[in-house]
Amino acid sequence: MSATESCRIPSLVKKYLMAISGLVLVLFIVGHMLGNLQFFIGPEVINAYAFHLHHLPGAPVSLWLIRSSLLGALVVHVWMAILLTKENRAARPEDYLGQKTRVATYAARTMPVTGVLILAFVVFHILQYTTRVVPVDYNQTIGQSAIEVGHVELEYFDVFAMMVSGFSSPLISFFYIVTMGLLCMHLSHGVASMFQSVGLRNESWRPKLKCAAAIFGWVIFLGFASIPASVLAGYGEPYLSAKETAWANAPVTPPPSSH
Amino acid sequence: MHLHLKIWRQKNGDQPGKFVSYELPEVDEGSSFLEMLDIMNEQMVSKGEEPVAFDHDCREGICGMCSLVINGEAHGPQRATTACQLHMRHFKDGDTITIEPWRAKAFPVVKDLVVDRTAFDKVIQAGGFITARTGSAQDANEVPIPKPVADKAMDAAACIGCGACVAACPNGSAMLFTSAKAGHLNLLPQGKAEKDERTLKMVEAMDKAGFGNCTNYGECQAVCPKEITLDFIAKMNRDYATARVRKFFSKAC
Repeated sequence: MSATESCRIPSLVKKYLMAISGLVLVLFIVGHMLGNLQFFIGPEVINAYAFHLHHLPGAPVSLWLIRSSLLGALVVHVWMAILLTKENRAARPEDYLGQKTRVATYAARTMPVTGVLILAFVVFHILQYTTRVVPVDYNQTIGQSAIEVGHVELEYFDVFAMMVSGFSSPLISFFYIVTMGLLCMHLSHGVASMFQSVGLRNESWRPKLKCAAAIFGWVIFLGFASIPASVLAGYGEPYLSAKETAWANAPVTPPPSSH
Repeated sequence: MHLHLKIWRQKNGDQPGKFVSYELPEVDEGSSFLEMLDIMNEQMVSKGEEPVAFDHDCREGICGMCSLVINGEAHGPQRATTACQLHMRHFKDGDTITIEPWRAKAFPVVKDLVVDRTAFDKVIQAGGFITARTGSAQDANEVPIPKPVADKAMDAAACIGCGACVAACPNGSAMLFTSAKAGHLNLLPQGKAEKDERTLKMVEAMDKAGFGNCTNYGECQAVCPKEITLDFIAKMNRDYATARVRKFFSKAC
């Protein structure tokens, strides 16, 4: 037995780690989608939401705790995916000449591909809307707006304007919508698989969970994709141009708070 | 019926194999797939050629010896059917049929269509048994077993260990086999005493043998000639998790 084989993580432990890290990421995605949908309630609401996220009780420690646990879950998920893909390819070195698939879904077979594409998206997404430096430096181009927090009026970075500005590029919006489609596929296999991996599935629950996972994937897709789609359709455009005029007339806005 | 066959020929495990085409005229629709191969081999022997080696034994679908991937599907296109029970009436005149051995790192090719399935024996040796005391057999109904439990254990015990699950799995995973073998013993009172140890050891042996990891495709269940379901994999996932937790805490005290 080689050294790598002797310290191979037991196959079932890899399944559990995959399922649990996946669950953490799925819960995050649900929260993130519900938060983002406040985009449709109006600029004040989503700007105030952004303020609250950055000023959670105990911030910045609490914020970084949440971020690091999400990063931890992502690292475990990707690490297990790499191990699984590598070991599984080694375990089945050759394909059959007339390779046939009976029941494995397209989503299941493309998990590594959709995973890599979603990971690339996550990197871009964080650079665009968290650090706000890609494709333009939003910290420079987007100013502040008034929000009301606990009956106090204050000026805060205009997240709504940033989203409208970002998604008004058809290329970026298209990229977001396509990636959300891939995420929908990834989830339709992943969410149902999660239950199997920890042993919480049987013959009567399998079709129901599969259906529920597919619906879940579609809800996530529609929830997220509705934002770039609505911006492309013109939503928020008058607000952004009004704001841009206002910021151009008063360019001395202080730099936005770093957290 | 006239058939074009594309068969994997490989002298031994050390030499690379390749597909060789054969023409087989006048195949009876009533013959089984293995009988069709027998006819072909007889013709080859009479011509002085080396016959195609393939595994077979009972030809009743209960021994688990036959192991052919027919047109990319383990045991061929018929559900819940071993290759020996597959009949030529399911093919059409003029069909091209590809025949390959099980392909998995844990199942190296011995010759032509014969693979070495010792890896399965290793999994069984690790825990696919109960440690029974010697002496006279127990009275049949001394240990009450509820009917649904007995039925479920029987479903798992139906596994003939052919390896179609490994062959069909794109990951070369042996989860369906291992879970069926562990499951039928873990369900019954006779096997419960060693449940944790069995599950841990069989999974360890399965990983060591070089099988891949399960990613819940479900291909194994689709090709299983005994229709063993993914339920047993789910059960093994459960049993393994509880065994790990119990082992962790029993170490502490």
